[in-house]
Amino acid sequence: MGIRTLIVMLVASLLVIAVLATLPAYSLFLPQLLEGAVLTAEITLLGALLAVVMGVLAALGKLYGPPPVRWLANIYIEIFRGTSALVQLFWLFFVLPQFGVSLEAFTVAVLALGLNIGAYGAECARGAITSVARGQWEAATALNMTRGQMLRRIILPQAFIAMIPPWGNLFIELLKSTALVSLITLSDLAFKAQQMNQTTMKTIPIFTLVLLIYLAMSLVITIGMRFLEGRASRGLARGRTV
Amino acid sequence: MWDWSFALEILPVLAHAAIISIEATLIGFVLAATLGLVLALARIAFPWTAWPISVLVELIRSTPLLIQIFFLYFVFPSFGVSLDAFTAGVLALGIHYAAYCSEVYRSGFDNIHRGQWEACTALNLSSWTTFRDIIIPQAIPPIVPALGNYLVALFKETPLLSAIAVLELMQTAKIIGSETFRYTEPITLVGVFFLAMSLVSASLIRAVERMLNRRPAR
Repeated sequence: MGIRTLIVMLVASLLVIAVLATLPAYSLFLPQLLEGAVLTAEITLLGALLAVVMGVLAALGKLYGPPPVRWLANIYIEIFRGTSALVQLFWLFFVLPQFGVSLEAFTVAVLALGLNIGAYGAECARGAITSVARGQWEAATALNMTRGQMLRRIILPQAFIAMIPPWGNLFIELLKSTALVSLITLSDLAFKAQQMNQTTMKTIPIFTLVLLIYLAMSLVITIGMRFLEGRASRGLARGRTV
Repeated sequence: MWDWSFALEILPVLAHAAIISIEATLIGFVLAATLGLVLALARIAFPWTAWPISVLVELIRSTPLLIQIFFLYFVFPSFGVSLDAFTAGVLALGIHYAAYCSEVYRSGFDNIHRGQWEACTALNLSSWTTFRDIIIPQAIPPIVPALGNYLVALFKETPLLSAIAVLELMQTAKIIGSETFRYTEPITLVGVFFLAMSLVSASLIRAVERMLNRRPAR
């Protein structure tokens, strides 16, 4: 979809939320839901940060690490991609305390979702790093750079641009998977929705608002990533033509 | 820490629950694959549906599956239709993945050369025959691996059904945990089960992919 369509959809969804907020049947639920949405946004942001760090580290480890690091990266990627996010969340929440490590629910949420998305991200990052043209490595070698310098100054900056679109999709997956944290007692958007649904049984207004809020949040991510992609590749194009 | 005899004791219970998980996966995927195809075909057959369908697909794909499961489970009774948890959950899984599958089918149809459509018109084939005999046989094989990936993804989402108390793997593990206060074995076993299943299915998909690629181009 074009960026213009996305912006129209975002404005439309915000307008619908605003219009619904004027109806008494809906306005009753909005403050609580927005409170939950703030927690959802916090977990998404922190989880995304962790995911990017883990994804890039795991990709670098898998590509250039010595054998033990490579195995570690592979095991991390396979385990977190091969099991469900919910299983990982429950494992960290219920099983880890039995080994003497008790984490707060919020920490568990950020950790589990960040590590989960990071494992998927590692594969995108790996693809992006290997897609950087061979000539770039050769030129960096010719300039007598060390391996660390090559990665830091030449390869990664170019790889990051190629990583932006797949990471955009992953951030949306992350936003959606934050709904799972409602199952480990965190009062995020999904939790608030379920709680109010159980007390009032007004399913349609509550869930309509919730779906619209999630839609608006994921549109913000998509539009933001498109914008970032445009900015980043504009610099690249300029560099190439000069 | 880890008690093997307890793990062995709960294994049959979990194995029984795994059948429910697999059942939900298969029914959900059949629903997703069929509904996805219908959506993709509708976009081609009736161009005016393209815009509403793409908005619908975007809406389904950008909201959490958990919310959709709750929505279906709680909203149907308010229309006087009461669905049991399993049906509501499978329906939600199917609809959610139908949105993803419809995009996969669309990419398959988009890859069919224009000349194929034109040749069908020239041969005076009806649109039904065109689809059944010319387009679908060419469009489906290349997208089988992509559909396979969604089958695995759908399988990994089945633990969400535990949120509406379907007695699948995760819910059973949680019940065992709350009855015995031992979460380590049941939840770890569930994790191992999913890991094993997804590793096996990933290699199966690779095999299918190789088989399809080996076939000579027609």
